[in-house]
Amino acid sequence: MSLKPLLAAICTAALATGAQAEGLKVGMITTLSGGGAGLGIDVRDGFVLAVEQSGRDDIEVVVEDDQRKPDIAVQLADKLIQSEKVDVLTGIIWSNLAMAVVPGAVAQGKFYLSPNAGPSPLAGRGCHQNYFNVAWQNDNLHEAAGAHANSTGYEKTFILAPNYPAGKDALAGFKRFYEGDVAGEIYTKLGQTDYASEIAQIRASDADSVFFFLPGGMGISFLKQYADSGVDLPVVGPAFSFDQGILQAVGDAALGVHNTSQWSKDIDNPTNAAFVESFQAKYGRLPSLYASQGFDTANLLMSAMDSADVTDQDAFREALKAANFSSTRGDFEFGPNHHPIQDIYVREVIKEGDVYTNRIISVGLEDRGDAYAAECQM
Amino acid sequence: MSWILLVEQTLNGLQFGVMLFLMAAGLTLIFGVMGLINLVHGSLYMIGAFAAAAVAAATGSFLLALIASLAAAAAAGVVVETTVIRRLYDRDHLDQVLATFALILIFSEGTRWVFGSFPLFLDPPDYLSGSVSLPFGIEYSRYRLSLIVVGLAVAAGLFWMIAKTRIGIRIRAGENDREMIGALGIDISSLYTLVFALGAALAGLAGALIGAIQSVQVGMGEPVLILAFVVIVIGGIGSIKGALIGAILVGLTDTLGGFLLPKLFALFLSPSAATSVGSSLASMSIYILMAGVLLVRPKGLFGGV
Amino acid sequence: MKREFLLNGGLLILLVVIPAVAWFTDEPFLITLVTRAVIFSIAGIGLNFALGFGGLVSFGHAAFFGLGGYAMGILAYHAQTYTPMLEWPVLVEGTNSMMIIWVIAIVVSALAALAIGALSLRTTGVYFIMITLAFGQMLYYFTISWSAYGGEDGLSIYVRNGFPGLNTMDPIQFFIICYVLLLVVVYGVYRAEKSPFGLMLQAARQNEDRVQAVGQVPYRLYLTAFTISGAITGLAGALFADLNRFVSPSMLSWQTSGEIMIFVILGGVGRVFGPVAGAALFVLLEHSLGGLSEYWHIYLGAILLGVVLFARGGLFGLIAGREVAHD
Repeated sequence: MSLKPLLAAICTAALATGAQAEGLKVGMITTLSGGGAGLGIDVRDGFVLAVEQSGRDDIEVVVEDDQRKPDIAVQLADKLIQSEKVDVLTGIIWSNLAMAVVPGAVAQGKFYLSPNAGPSPLAGRGCHQNYFNVAWQNDNLHEAAGAHANSTGYEKTFILAPNYPAGKDALAGFKRFYEGDVAGEIYTKLGQTDYASEIAQIRASDADSVFFFLPGGMGISFLKQYADSGVDLPVVGPAFSFDQGILQAVGDAALGVHNTSQWSKDIDNPTNAAFVESFQAKYGRLPSLYASQGFDTANLLMSAMDSADVTDQDAFREALKAANFSSTRGDFEFGPNHHPIQDIYVREVIKEGDVYTNRIISVGLEDRGDAYAAECQM
Repeated sequence: MSWILLVEQTLNGLQFGVMLFLMAAGLTLIFGVMGLINLVHGSLYMIGAFAAAAVAAATGSFLLALIASLAAAAAAGVVVETTVIRRLYDRDHLDQVLATFALILIFSEGTRWVFGSFPLFLDPPDYLSGSVSLPFGIEYSRYRLSLIVVGLAVAAGLFWMIAKTRIGIRIRAGENDREMIGALGIDISSLYTLVFALGAALAGLAGALIGAIQSVQVGMGEPVLILAFVVIVIGGIGSIKGALIGAILVGLTDTLGGFLLPKLFALFLSPSAATSVGSSLASMSIYILMAGVLLVRPKGLFGGV
Repeated sequence: MKREFLLNGGLLILLVVIPAVAWFTDEPFLITLVTRAVIFSIAGIGLNFALGFGGLVSFGHAAFFGLGGYAMGILAYHAQTYTPMLEWPVLVEGTNSMMIIWVIAIVVSALAALAIGALSLRTTGVYFIMITLAFGQMLYYFTISWSAYGGEDGLSIYVRNGFPGLNTMDPIQFFIICYVLLLVVVYGVYRAEKSPFGLMLQAARQNEDRVQAVGQVPYRLYLTAFTISGAITGLAGALFADLNRFVSPSMLSWQTSGEIMIFVILGGVGRVFGPVAGAALFVLLEHSLGGLSEYWHIYLGAILLGVVLFARGGLFGLIAGREVAHD
């Protein structure tokens, strides 16, 4: 270890005490390198876009890369709290990283705004007054998929998800609303890339439809292999396998598939239209739902700054809870456990020119909260 | 459970196995001839897939994409071999593991730097999509069937090359006695580069073939790399025949294990507990297989005495 | 030998001075970073015991690191939720006493190392590397699907475990605990290296036949070394989990095994203090390069490559010269 970080540390310490500016400091911990970096980059870009558009100079954002490793995320949270002295933390993409960071951060009196992960413990028994989820509770999109399966008239759905907590939550969420029979239930290996075996079992079953939750690369592999297999049962899934970032990699195999999301680029309101246009203008690509969540998170935060100072925790918390901002999703409010109550849409994958994207076809669940709110005692 | 499903699952296991063989053959040759543990093999697989996706996007031809994957991976192999790997042949395994681990970091982030963080698109060509009807009413994916054929053809070609051609004789000589081939006046360093490039090309081809039905993304090579190591250790390091048998064994164990184990546990456990226990055990099954083989035969199935 | 001695002393002093200065200047995060380096050092020393002295290249030490972590996570989880760990045949309660957790972490990882070692040591060379990797992967997939303790999400505990008379949530006090443990481990390993067992082990690495000729069984020497090695790494795992107040399967991934190996090789194989230098350098690189660019892994890879190719013997080899053979 050289003297340099030591000197740097002393300097920043001096600066921090000397120039304690008014305003608010946000620490963003998100995934910017390695597998899954696309999601973190979208959240960051959406967040930064909102801050820039506001033109405010009283908000400072420190962005750190967690490499999708829980221990790095915890270390970064320590750094942001202890040495950067941030007021608010945000940015985490993955549930397991959120479970590692959030309880410690809120226990130390920081606010945490989740732009993506919504694990069930944080919505239920482990809820906290300083934790706000701006995306969804993990089960929400799966619940909407279950409701959509009912309304479409599916009676025998084959369901599959990876063998890890979010996968188990997904199947539980689907079954919470789904009224038909389950034709088969498979837990796949996390990170699995070949689904020949699962597809063969789907073919051999008497299912009339398939529900799957396979985020990221797993979903790309599944959809391509499914399309190639000649099995032509209708597929429904949450938006995680159909977001703007990965649709282009799936290609034709995704066309026409129904998926559930709390956001879509064609939700008809001025905030959303302006967001889609400005995001595309600035970054040269269409926004994904992750980008919209980052954008909404920043706007929620800035709306609270308008009516309260972060040093007055109680007032700031009330201001956050009021959710007095215009969301890209239209109506947006918080439930008693600080998780969104919002509409979940059903979308269909379409092709606009050369670009694969989604359009809304119906509302899957209206004003949906979550199943864990009753367990939450703040 | 019908026997048609079982046949289809066996075909799936076979297909997985022959693709693993393309990876494992290069690894085992490189170890057999040069004595090198090569972790960077997974990156060459990834490079093949990315090159194929880029060329397919530009030209629309799957065949050109495959040629590009062979060429790009072989070229990357030659560059790495002549700049770095060459210095590692006389080092211990520890240095080799660490140096090639470092190369993985460089290749993965380098690829992300060039191609971005989002997965790329690569699809099987139209003439290979859809399914074919096999005898006895079995429906099977045309592309996967082609993969089995291509994989077995490459395996046959490799066996022929090693048994009959001049290069094959040199490779076998190199495996048996490294000093001797030098004494015979064969240019060892170009033989080494050639073997490395050959292994790299096979890995790149596997990446492109698999990339067409999976997702072409950074980090796709590492899980396959670990499996390929399991394969060559089971087969006996340095043995092409061992790699083929090991690959098919691993492919079948993984596919049939994931399919049959939950059903087995369902006989005496509740359905959800059976799925959960069965899937857990299935994900460990190939490692249990490997440990089992090594306990009975510490040098693998075909690894000599 | 003199330069190496100075380097050892310098390292130990530096590891105290930096946190001390950070404490005075109120930079608690710097203390956390040094604590991280200290814990990685212990893990590296553990691996070095098998790898450096016994020549056993284990690519599965993350398994012991993770088992230590889970020992801490599971005990603390039951203590925090007031649920018994085991009701039958005997009632076993969780605990949040650090010292009890350390003992259990050490025992559990030693037993695992004994079992894995007993099977793996039947093989040698590349096969040994790969079979240890296979056992590591087995445990990794097991923890991922072990839903009772969080599966892939891992286990979070909200406060660090207790140590009599100290406030472990205070970075500097937790640092002191880890640092003292590092000193104990260093001293223990130093004594073991000079003991008849240690000398015999190193002799076995160089020439098995000669050891057999004096009536020793190399297999037993190796197995003892591997067990001790696993136990030390397990202790580090328990501390690491306590540092983060979190444990997850990623502690058992093969990349973690690779990183522990990196600590050893960066510092210098087969020297007691090698892993300490290596771990400190690794944490420094990780922290300073991460700020440079999103693509910092490229630089990390290049530096590692440079060390392997041009600085054989690691940092110690570079500075202290190649006085100790690293065949």
